[in-house]
Amino acid sequence: MSDEPVAIRSDRAPVIEPGHTFATVTDKISSIVLTRPTSTGWLVGFGISFLLTMMMLYAIGYLFVRGIGIWGVTIPIGWGFAIVNFVWWIGIGHAGTLISAILLLLRQSWRNSINRFAEAMTLFAVSCAGVFPLIHVGRPWLAYWLFPYPNTMNYWPQFRSPLVWDVFAVSTYATISLVFWFIGLIPDLATLRDRSENHWARIIYGMLAMGWRGSARHWHRYETAYLLLAGLATPLVLSVHTVVSFDFAIGIVPGWHTTIFPPYFVAGAIYSGFAMVLMLAIPIRKFYGLEDFITERHLQNSAKVMLATGLIVGYGYIMEAFMGWYSGNRYEAFTLWNRLHGPYAFWYYMLLTCNLVIPQLLWIRKLRTSPVALFLLSAVILVGMWLERFIIVVVSLSRDFQNSSWGMYYPTRWDWMTFIGTIGMFLAAMFLFCRILPMISIFEMRTLLPEAEVKE
Amino acid sequence: MPQPNGQTLREDVCPGKKDKLVQLDLANRGQRTEPTTGPQYWRSLEELAGDPEFHEKMHREFPRGASEWADAVSRRGFLKLMSASLAMAGMTACTKQPLEPIVPYVRQPEELIPGRPMFYATAFELGGYASPVLVESHMFRPTKIEGNDLHPASLGGTDVFAQASILGLYDPDRSQTITHLGAVRTWGALLDAIHGPLNVQKALAGAGIRILTPTISSPALADQLRAVLKVYPQAKWHVYEPVNRDNVLEGAKLAFGQPVETRYQLENADVILSLDADFLYAGYPGFARYAYDFAKRRDPDAGSMNRLYVVESTATSTGGKADHRLPLKATEIEGFARALAGSLAAGANGAANSQPAKFVNAVADDLKAHPGSSLIIAGDHQPPAVHALAHAMNQTLGNVGKTVVYTDPVDANPVNQNESLQELVAEMRGGKVDLLVIMGGNPAYDAPADFGFADALKNGGIPLRIHLGLYNDETAELCHWHVNRAHYLESWGDTRAYDGTVSVVQPLIAPLYDGKSPLELAAVLAGQADPNSHAIVQAYWQKQHPGADFDMFWRRSLNNGWIDGTACPTKQVSPRAANLGTSSAADSPGIELSFRRDPSLYDGRFANIGWLQELPRPMSKMTWDNPVLIGPALAERLRLNSKDVVELELNGRKIEAAVWIQAGLPDNSVTVYLGSGRTRAGRVGTGAGFNFYPLRSSAAPWVASGVQIRPTGGTYMLACTQGEQTMDTPVGARPLVRVATLDEYRKEPDFAKDEEPPAELTLYPGFPYHSELYAWGMAIDLNKCVGCNNCIIACQSENNIPIVGKEQTGLGRHMHWLRVDAYYEGDRNHPKAYFQPVPCQQCENAPCEVVCPVGATTHSTEGLNDMVYNRCVGTRYCSNNCPYKVRRFNFLLFQDWETPQYKMMRNPDVTVRSRGVMEKCTYCVQRINEHRIDAEKAETKIKDGELQTACQQSCPADAIVFGNLNDPESQVSKLKAGHRNYSLLADLNVRPRTTYLAVIRNPNPELEAPAERS
Repeated sequence: MSDEPVAIRSDRAPVIEPGHTFATVTDKISSIVLTRPTSTGWLVGFGISFLLTMMMLYAIGYLFVRGIGIWGVTIPIGWGFAIVNFVWWIGIGHAGTLISAILLLLRQSWRNSINRFAEAMTLFAVSCAGVFPLIHVGRPWLAYWLFPYPNTMNYWPQFRSPLVWDVFAVSTYATISLVFWFIGLIPDLATLRDRSENHWARIIYGMLAMGWRGSARHWHRYETAYLLLAGLATPLVLSVHTVVSFDFAIGIVPGWHTTIFPPYFVAGAIYSGFAMVLMLAIPIRKFYGLEDFITERHLQNSAKVMLATGLIVGYGYIMEAFMGWYSGNRYEAFTLWNRLHGPYAFWYYMLLTCNLVIPQLLWIRKLRTSPVALFLLSAVILVGMWLERFIIVVVSLSRDFQNSSWGMYYPTRWDWMTFIGTIGMFLAAMFLFCRILPMISIFEMRTLLPEAEVKE
Repeated sequence: MPQPNGQTLREDVCPGKKDKLVQLDLANRGQRTEPTTGPQYWRSLEELAGDPEFHEKMHREFPRGASEWADAVSRRGFLKLMSASLAMAGMTACTKQPLEPIVPYVRQPEELIPGRPMFYATAFELGGYASPVLVESHMFRPTKIEGNDLHPASLGGTDVFAQASILGLYDPDRSQTITHLGAVRTWGALLDAIHGPLNVQKALAGAGIRILTPTISSPALADQLRAVLKVYPQAKWHVYEPVNRDNVLEGAKLAFGQPVETRYQLENADVILSLDADFLYAGYPGFARYAYDFAKRRDPDAGSMNRLYVVESTATSTGGKADHRLPLKATEIEGFARALAGSLAAGANGAANSQPAKFVNAVADDLKAHPGSSLIIAGDHQPPAVHALAHAMNQTLGNVGKTVVYTDPVDANPVNQNESLQELVAEMRGGKVDLLVIMGGNPAYDAPADFGFADALKNGGIPLRIHLGLYNDETAELCHWHVNRAHYLESWGDTRAYDGTVSVVQPLIAPLYDGKSPLELAAVLAGQADPNSHAIVQAYWQKQHPGADFDMFWRRSLNNGWIDGTACPTKQVSPRAANLGTSSAADSPGIELSFRRDPSLYDGRFANIGWLQELPRPMSKMTWDNPVLIGPALAERLRLNSKDVVELELNGRKIEAAVWIQAGLPDNSVTVYLGSGRTRAGRVGTGAGFNFYPLRSSAAPWVASGVQIRPTGGTYMLACTQGEQTMDTPVGARPLVRVATLDEYRKEPDFAKDEEPPAELTLYPGFPYHSELYAWGMAIDLNKCVGCNNCIIACQSENNIPIVGKEQTGLGRHMHWLRVDAYYEGDRNHPKAYFQPVPCQQCENAPCEVVCPVGATTHSTEGLNDMVYNRCVGTRYCSNNCPYKVRRFNFLLFQDWETPQYKMMRNPDVTVRSRGVMEKCTYCVQRINEHRIDAEKAETKIKDGELQTACQQSCPADAIVFGNLNDPESQVSKLKAGHRNYSLLADLNVRPRTTYLAVIRNPNPELEAPAERS
């Protein structure tokens, strides 16, 4: 063990607690997968989330049998929970890509502790998001018509529609996230292959490791590929939610037709994404004893990102309200009035409280370093960001140009079952991930150790 | 969502999908089947139930219709027929032409061309008055009702009841068999059963025979009934209909000493005063013509505009069209009429003038200024004295012969129907009735509560009770025999329009269920052995027209839809020096209850017609229910909100019902619509709404005072189709309906115009629509629109639009492609009202099209915003982005794909949409294509006016004009070039093809200072 201190500023917590070596890092992380027995807590947690997933499948099955009339959507509110949840989940995914790609390019090495499960979170969040566009259409068995493919029907998508852009944005995003995550896993899969004592585990990890031997040439190619993929993923952080925001900004509905939507949506996505990262990281580090790897530093940094993006989102709210008044457009003005005084006003104030008021507590350093406080704040922010999408999608649609066609949206039990079901699916996938794959990148953690410092 | 009051779950709403009514008496089958040993095998439920008709069928091998098929039938057609008729036992030979010759309308080819519809003239009857119609028939299946544009009582217009009658024809819940005590019987069995009692009666001169009919104007049927009375001189013919015109009759007797029919000529009237008369809505005799004449005088650019004053006791669409409207309690209207008569010095002793004197004086001055061109119309719900006063005032003003004419009654038996029924019930109770024949109507449900008709029917000890009706309804249940009546589209008859013109009712299809017409039943009573309604009608008219040219006469009459020279001639009547007494209605304390015919269900007879149940009432936009309508001020005092449940108590009788706050009701007055809350209407109508007949007594059939209203604390789900009924928002009013007074319009004719954004202000390249042959467009004159809802039903019928049921309507999922928005302006207690029909606006820069990911909605070169149902995957993005919210989505499988009757009803030219597909108004593209094909074959262009959309065709007020914008001479081009033309939401630059002509009001300066409006 080297006695050289890790080069960090003394006023900051370290990204990895002192006293670790290559061996202890590898042991610690791989043991969670390989030797640690399956705990009761894991079984209960996985069981519950699995049941919720089944509930979602039941709700979707019934939806396919009956039609989307089982939901609360109606005319004029043609989009309801499905789109709200879609946007929410896609947004959550953004933090993973930001952490793994942008922070990699910016050489923020603290990201190494959290990028693996943040990427996994991205993947699972995008999967949850991907459920909704498919099932929310009236005839889901024809949803593939949104893809351009050669066919005999002389049929081609209508490329002026933001929904087609969405298809490309989201499918690209899902593909890149998957590839990026998997490439990053290869060296660790090889480690698991080598350390695993179970015959089948060795075969499976071995196949997934794709013949990784750790040669210098492997590492060279790996680094290049990883950097290239990071470069590909980086614009996606900005573009995917920009395209999602176009679903609304391109529409003429007052409350949707807003040029500020792209940056405001991206900031909101990262905001909610970091909240989800914290909500996952805090219990994981607690239950698996990973406080050495996910340190106070990570919590602090995540909290600061949330504070910054939260302020951008707040700016968005203020600008929306300002433009409602400044535009002089009677429909925009009414949309503002309706948010403040209409039937959904309570939820608008809840949104402001959750996203704007309560997160200001993050200015307090003590709270930024308290895992419990951060966990609760993250929960509040996730609720707030969900409400934001609800306000944008539902409240704008409920009262637009024609007074005669105003309506109200009441989610049904099927809406709730599908929404809660996707949370179950997300958690079930996270449980499985923690159990069978190294949730922290072993080899990247090792680069953070003092031993890894190359002496000239 | 919670389901208050145990309403059906939304999964169960599709009315066609509920379990079929079990009409077979399976429970009692043991009584009829012989005791058998060993296992029982049965071929059908009918056999199991021991149905004699089944045995007859087995004996005959083929159902009656099949073996009597006279035409040559191809093998394939024969097999189809066989499978159809055996599968749908009782529904024999669906697409069979009646055996008797019927004559197609001249506009259409004489011979059948497959795929081309034919039009036949016939007439729909309601309350004794005919609506002359043309029926579109596809391969002998009637599919659509249109107004008879040559008939003076229609001029192309119809009403909602006539439009919806096509659904009545195909209603699967219609009574399909003759029954005796609930068991299926044959016509022959009925003839056998009635033979004995009739013989007995013959000896008694028919002293025990009573016939109860609804109002009848049919000359042939009246002749038949009189023939029965001739055979049985002691027999009696009673007449009762719940929505009757007793007051009109008594008013005429009071004024002239004889019953006369009053007919108005609105085109001659400059000033019209309605005393609680709802003459601009369906159900009022002559409505279609009155709406046409009224609207003709609402064009500020052509001649002088009329001025309408409405004094009314509830909120009606007629009141909505008023230039000045005064809500008064129904009992106060007589006082108003007296005060007005006093002012006009009409000879009536003017009662104390407690009414809003300003209004009386202003109206009186205006009327006096227009002698001979003014008109006072008294409502059917007002007491005879008001009618007599109206007659006297019209006389004084010199209007008789100009705006109002008198004729003999159209009603064949003009008696006081309340008294007629009362007499019948007394005799039923007194045991004087041996044979009661109820020919239509449903008195067990709708007779005045104090008569106890149902009780007398059930317990009066009448040995033989026969009911003829379209439905096995509340009355049928209490009769021994029920005879399924043939629908007017499947039987012969005749009827008279409001002006007396006789229309021959010719059937479009052989009776689906072998129903019998009233003519046939009457003939049986008269002793005829095997009556045939065609022969009866023809024989009657042969008597009236004995010449050698009868054949020509008959063909011409059928062809035109009316019989020449049958209009009632005007009649000179002189007013009696009537002593109208003093006001009979003293100021009634407490809350007054008004009973009104339902704007959608009439008296309840249409309760099982889903289109009408789901048709928004013109003012409240309420569907599927008839809540107690209560004014805002009274609701505030009683602390009631819409959807609260209250208990109404009147003379000890109590009913629980929901309330709905309705703008414009007079204070201390609530209104209820009759006709809901049926118990045996069918799968659609049973249980929908509240039955208020139990509160209605013969003494107070229209207005009852002293009703108690107590909140029960409960709430009730009501399905209203309009979100907000005001254009105001907290940040300013929206210019959806644009209004000016006539003076303002003269000063500033372009007040309604917006600054249109420049056409190039769009990302996408424009299209040279002006260089195409056609550019379709529509102009809707809001000043002419009377809010009668006719376009909604016409559209529904033409375009195969499903109904969705109450729960789904409550959620906002109704499917009407065209809606009529009703907006109120000003004080909620004295509002002004405007109607705005909103179909798809067919935007040139359609916001729906750019957002559809699969190109399911695209633009045609003629400017139509087309829907490609096959391509739609159902993202609903187009609806979200539609600023007019005219797109409708099939959230569930709303369309009934199974019921065979509905398959016959549908327009074969329009796709039947399935679940998950967006749909909307297409400007009736199927009609455009049909005319385009014809024009191309003839190498010409479609002429203006030749092509009409369904809404336009049905509009009695001619408020909707559709045509080619590339033809500067077309009517629509001229309207759009006018001053009043404006686009809805023009600033969005969507460039709608549908535009509106602004409302121009014609207020009396005495009542409304010009500065009052901002």
